[in-house]
Amino acid sequence: MTEIAEVVRTLPGARNVRLEKGELVAEAERDRLLPLMLTLRDDPRFAFEQVMDICGVDWPERAERFDVVYNLLSVSLNQRIRIIVTTDESTPVPSVHTVWPVATWWEREAWDLFGIVFSGQPDLRRILTDYGFEGHPMRKDFPLTGYVEVRYDEDRKAVVYEPVRMTQDWRHFDFLSPWEAITTLPGDEKVHAARLTETPPQSEQKT
Amino acid sequence: MSDVEARPTATKVVEIDSHAINFGPQHPAAHGVLRLILEMDGEVVERADPHIGLLHRGTEKLIEYRTYMQVVPYFDRLDYVSPMCEEHAFALAVEKLLDIQAPERAQWIRVLFAEITRVLNHLLNVTTYALDVGAITPSLWGFEEREKLMEFHEAASGARLHANYFRPGGVSRDLPAGLEERIGEWAVLFPKFIDDLEELLTANRIWKQRTVDIGVMDAEQALAWGFSGPCLRASGVPWDLRRSQPYDKYAEVEFQVPVGRNGDCYDRYLVRLAEMRESVKIIRQCLNKMRPGPVKVQDRKFTPPHREEMKRSMEALIHHFKLFTEGYHVPPGATYTVVESPKGEFGVYLVADGTNRPYRCKIRPTGFAFLQAIDVMARRHMLADTVAIIGSLDIVFGEIDR
Repeated sequence: MTEIAEVVRTLPGARNVRLEKGELVAEAERDRLLPLMLTLRDDPRFAFEQVMDICGVDWPERAERFDVVYNLLSVSLNQRIRIIVTTDESTPVPSVHTVWPVATWWEREAWDLFGIVFSGQPDLRRILTDYGFEGHPMRKDFPLTGYVEVRYDEDRKAVVYEPVRMTQDWRHFDFLSPWEAITTLPGDEKVHAARLTETPPQSEQKT
Repeated sequence: MSDVEARPTATKVVEIDSHAINFGPQHPAAHGVLRLILEMDGEVVERADPHIGLLHRGTEKLIEYRTYMQVVPYFDRLDYVSPMCEEHAFALAVEKLLDIQAPERAQWIRVLFAEITRVLNHLLNVTTYALDVGAITPSLWGFEEREKLMEFHEAASGARLHANYFRPGGVSRDLPAGLEERIGEWAVLFPKFIDDLEELLTANRIWKQRTVDIGVMDAEQALAWGFSGPCLRASGVPWDLRRSQPYDKYAEVEFQVPVGRNGDCYDRYLVRLAEMRESVKIIRQCLNKMRPGPVKVQDRKFTPPHREEMKRSMEALIHHFKLFTEGYHVPPGATYTVVESPKGEFGVYLVADGTNRPYRCKIRPTGFAFLQAIDVMARRHMLADTVAIIGSLDIVFGEIDR
């Protein structure tokens, strides 16, 4: 895994190649994505014949708020790589449907749920949401309840869309408590370190 | 056409060769809520455009608002035909981020039930697929067998379908007394049932007429269209995640990976049948190799304490309360974890930000890729063959639409 990481590091367009929990991850420059993907597919050292998944991740506080994540798989060499490209609401990402035809639906899904635009994708229709849906529901600023609800109106004999009416207040509990949890909080480092390494606590108490 | 309708006085003869038909969403052979717009040339399909999303429930969005423990039941409801395999992917992903490992017995139980789920799934697929192309008997027989397996599900988890049994850190509870023997008895009898099923279908003239050379995908096409699982193996690619990237105890069991040659509907059926036989072998090995022991991680920060412990220990009570309100916090990181679900590669791309809820949980449904390829597979086939192709792909809308 480390050898292939070294090779990927030399490819033009790939940055910040790293192993994350034993998984190979690389960031790619948006403008050089297509040649990079073609190399990854066609070069016998990589042979990533399949793109198993393309998805978006939203980080609204960043300047380029979206990650587009490509999970590639090589069946012949039994290896995986994750390519990450960043973009914002308007800048298009080059479509990879010419490299892997299966990418079309994944890109449609990313467009539908996040509003990520793919250039060169001829079929950028919505896919999962309703016909005529507005907005991109997986964005972090889209409310969980959505904006409209659907019902069948017996009088009008038609399906009607109405603004969401909450019968109960939206309950959101703040669990980011200042008490000890699995994350290490300021002042808590000692307890946390002792628990993670499973060293007997007596030695620490003596010091 | 619209011009003519707009001006009723105008006369204009329009000849249309192809016409579009609407297949589904309420069609028994659509396996759920598939809406297929078919452009037909007579009875031959020119283009198929699947419309999906009619069962979209926003699972991924909901998951972002739930703690890691509350997320597990959502996975049952994705591919409701193989619930435990979906849970397996999520459990493994969270374990990877938490850097914990389920104890031996839990891993064996998971492999055991993942294989039972595989048999359940293949039984439903093969028999309803036969129903789609006109054979009623297999489904009547198959459902009886499925019922026995559902009872095992129920005995272990308390629910027949939506088990919520595999948890990050192990399984929710140990197997009840006597269940291992019952599964063992079933595993002895079941191969006979597969023989009976094969007798009905494999050499059946009508069945072969309907499936052989229908919906052919060669290996290269299957790879390009993101196929995995039995559909990929039917096209002649010997690829099984249980073998090539083993998780839990799959490295310690012996099984064969059945591979087809032609990539048609018939081969996909044969691969599934052969896989059921292999699953039974794995189940027997699991039962032999399983030893008593803990079934979840013994760190009470991740798994709830025993009920009796809670009556006496204040700390256990606190742990229980914290786990079921706040849940555990997962350190920041991301993982793409996959399992070989009965349908193929089922993946979870999980992004944690250090809180008690997933920041992003992308579910990689298996059938999504299959369904997209229907256009390629059904082109220049008869309408009735489209039904056979849909059946052979084993699509379930719970996971495709999420």
